[in-house]
Amino acid sequence: MPANQQVAIVGVGASKFNTVTSGLSYKEMMFDAAVKAYADAGLDPRTDIGSFICCAEDFWDGNSITDEYMPDQLGAKLRPLFTVSGDGLLGIAHAYMHILAGVADIVAVESHSKLSDVVSKKEIINLGYDPVFGRLPHVDPRYLAGLEMRRYLEESGNTHEECAEVVVKNRGNALRNERAVYGAKVSTKDVLESEEIASPLTKLEESQPADGSVVVVLASRRRARKISDRPIWISGISWFSDTPNAEEMDFGQARYALHSSIKAYKMARVTNPSKQIDFAEVDDTYSYKELQHIEALGLAKHAGKFVSSGKGDPDGVLPVNVSGGSLGMGYFIEATPLIKVYEAVLQLRGMSGKNQLPNPKRCVVQSWRGIPTQSGVTAILSR
Amino acid sequence: MPRKVCVIGAGMTLFRRRMLETPKELAFEATRMALESAGIERKEVDTVVAGSAPDAFDGVHMKGEYLLDGSGGYARPYSRVFVGGATGVYTPIAAWWHVASGLSDVCLAVAEEKMSPLQPHPQYAFWSIFDHTIERPLGVTLLWIFALEMRRYMHAYNIKEEEIALVSVKNKANALDHPCAQLGAKITVEDVMKSEKMVWPVKRLDVSPTSDGAAAVVLASEEFAKRLTKDPVYVAGCGWNIDSTYWTNRDLSYPQYLENAARMAYKQAGIKNPRKEIDFAEVYDPFDYKELHHMEGLQFAKKGEAPKMTASGMTQRNGEFPINPSGGLLGVGNPIAAAGMMKVCEVYFQLTNQAGKRQVKKEVHTGLAQAWGDLMQYSSVLILRRN
Amino acid sequence: MSERVKFFPGREVSAEAFQSGSVLLTEYSTDLKYSWASGVAISKFLNELKNGKIVGRKCNRCDRILVPPRMFCEECFRLTDSWIYTKDTGTVNTYSIAYVGTDASRLKEPLYIAVINIDGASPGMGFLHLLNEIKSEKEIKVGMKVRAVWKEQSERTGSILDIKYFKPL
Repeated sequence: MPANQQVAIVGVGASKFNTVTSGLSYKEMMFDAAVKAYADAGLDPRTDIGSFICCAEDFWDGNSITDEYMPDQLGAKLRPLFTVSGDGLLGIAHAYMHILAGVADIVAVESHSKLSDVVSKKEIINLGYDPVFGRLPHVDPRYLAGLEMRRYLEESGNTHEECAEVVVKNRGNALRNERAVYGAKVSTKDVLESEEIASPLTKLEESQPADGSVVVVLASRRRARKISDRPIWISGISWFSDTPNAEEMDFGQARYALHSSIKAYKMARVTNPSKQIDFAEVDDTYSYKELQHIEALGLAKHAGKFVSSGKGDPDGVLPVNVSGGSLGMGYFIEATPLIKVYEAVLQLRGMSGKNQLPNPKRCVVQSWRGIPTQSGVTAILSR
Repeated sequence: MPRKVCVIGAGMTLFRRRMLETPKELAFEATRMALESAGIERKEVDTVVAGSAPDAFDGVHMKGEYLLDGSGGYARPYSRVFVGGATGVYTPIAAWWHVASGLSDVCLAVAEEKMSPLQPHPQYAFWSIFDHTIERPLGVTLLWIFALEMRRYMHAYNIKEEEIALVSVKNKANALDHPCAQLGAKITVEDVMKSEKMVWPVKRLDVSPTSDGAAAVVLASEEFAKRLTKDPVYVAGCGWNIDSTYWTNRDLSYPQYLENAARMAYKQAGIKNPRKEIDFAEVYDPFDYKELHHMEGLQFAKKGEAPKMTASGMTQRNGEFPINPSGGLLGVGNPIAAAGMMKVCEVYFQLTNQAGKRQVKKEVHTGLAQAWGDLMQYSSVLILRRN
Repeated sequence: MSERVKFFPGREVSAEAFQSGSVLLTEYSTDLKYSWASGVAISKFLNELKNGKIVGRKCNRCDRILVPPRMFCEECFRLTDSWIYTKDTGTVNTYSIAYVGTDASRLKEPLYIAVINIDGASPGMGFLHLLNEIKSEKEIKVGMKVRAVWKEQSERTGSILDIKYFKPL
């Protein structure tokens, strides 16, 4: 069965990822990513691109209405551009619809993180909770991750040690990825003994902030074949939101990943993901999240054993977060999944460098919007 | 080929200075009314798009996620689009591409705004829309840029404050017939001229109020819509466009971005002469001069000639070319995203002959809704048509 | 069909109910802090303000001198080429007079605000600032020539406020 080939990625570009980018403004950082992506696609944004999509949230940028500050550095002055208050993968979903709806043949999607500009990171997380019920005075706002992790481990039978294995794997993978900034050799003991941030979650189990911008250029089937000799097809994409109320969340499974992946697999004609997917870039904002997502995406029944037995390693049966994931590359807020898309495209093109997998053809990229949400996107990319 | 898309229902809450409902509850009320007016249930909705202006009003980060259950987005593919003040008309445009792309059959578009929680005044949130390094230190407010743009517009075409005030007089009078309106009133040009100076040339009665409220519309594929009615309202065209962030480098007397957005929508709708082929329009009017500015950008009037068209009475509800028969933001109120969506609701109500006392006299087939936002740089345009 | 559009939902809270406290409120206050990197272009702009100078960036392709400066040209979508010092005089593009402050309260003295096209930059290029030393409101005109009034050198910090205001030339 041929893959769904209606929309393809024909260009990707990224700024240099770093923990702090004090020399450049966010606009200059975005320009850097955009120039590279347009060069990769061989396109001029002033004439060739019909729609621009940015993925951002106001409080992270520190501007009310971030949309105002997007056009110039993307080449979008006096062109159709809009902002989706969501992650980069949601931007790809909207680009996919733009192309199918005939809005444009070529669409650019941008997302960025300039977390080094943000002093009040924890307070912004706190402001994501319901103003009446969710904000607990004097409690670290990451409390919900701790609650979810404990319940998830209880229900799934996975162990805290297996969560620590995720950290060991991803930070180790990052050592072989020259774009990653949090590569390190750590042991499960290091992870388990690091400071608790929301019991049982420890400091080393949380991905750490990084700066960067990514631009992805997509094209219709007709145009993609002319623009690129290596188009990467979006063969399936879907998104899903579960409840926003902590009291009603199903901590035992990631329903947003389950339901979005069911639709995405259907579009991509994937019937047995554990066999038909060559590698996965899944959300690993926290260690346990990778396990929860591996299970929801149907990549393994018992994700803890899957990871601890090495099946998710770069030389395993189904490498997961071979890029290093967020634990190894850093946490880029709304740009996090777009960085995973960037890494996946390099893999599928065979241009990934030291962490290149042998001849991968199809992968799954999945996102989660972070606490306190139960929203996420799943996409299947193939060549 | 993209699929044809129809609007099958609309709903909105009262617009008031301060509402008892929480933002989620306001969104719920508008959504419920929209579904009821369409005669469908939530289980038939495939996808949901929400629209809301800055998070700073509610003090809630990721406001889209917060609003999702009130907006009917629970257990659905749900997303929020955000283009400043232009969001209200943009949200149904986003719903249009959900359906036109073939990814869903029924998509709900919900816009909500609760401005009253921010103390001491909602205007304060607008400070942070300006450049953090070279503008905020000057103590800038939203009114400044409107006043600066209004002054430039007046200068470019030699327009008098009294000519602009006619818009406020018309819209507030139209709003007397809108059951949701916050500021419907019978006023005169003299009242506007004598009202408190805020940031000259902007005076109190040139400005729309801050408000709480929500509005929603339901969009569906033609096939789905035809099961409900023989004569559905179609989305004929959508357009949007953004100008440079560097607003102090732009020609403030003319909204080029709106012309671009309008041309995008006209092309899709096959409209060559908008003034003749469009029957009435809901044009974004947070300030009275903006209605005139936008009529020119939409190619309804030549540059600098919208005031003459207004003075001639042509844009009255019973005139030849009604503009803002709802009462607009000046009369009905301005809960930002919800206000833009209110305009889309009005076009739908007018086209389906459900506007009650506000129903325009002439027979109407094609109506346009437009909103405007960001740093005076964005416009969204939606054209609806009934055969 | 129109029976479906009869009742519009929503409950208003009156000013009295709000002020008397008969509706319950959850109060929360926050103060988000940021330390935005000014970047290459604006850092240079601010540093030159400290020196009492206004600097722009030139794009050789469209031949424009951009103020405020940026490292990229939004028209040509390419890196800009060189720094160009402009004059500290300009023309009022548009102006207004503010009687209310950021929280909508009345100001004691009105503020004169203008977009000023800077001499030496391309036509229509300029930035937002304040006007002062105005004898009468009638004196302010679109097209009026103005000059920057700088803070004392020792008081300048590398901020847009290093220019105190512009005054009629």
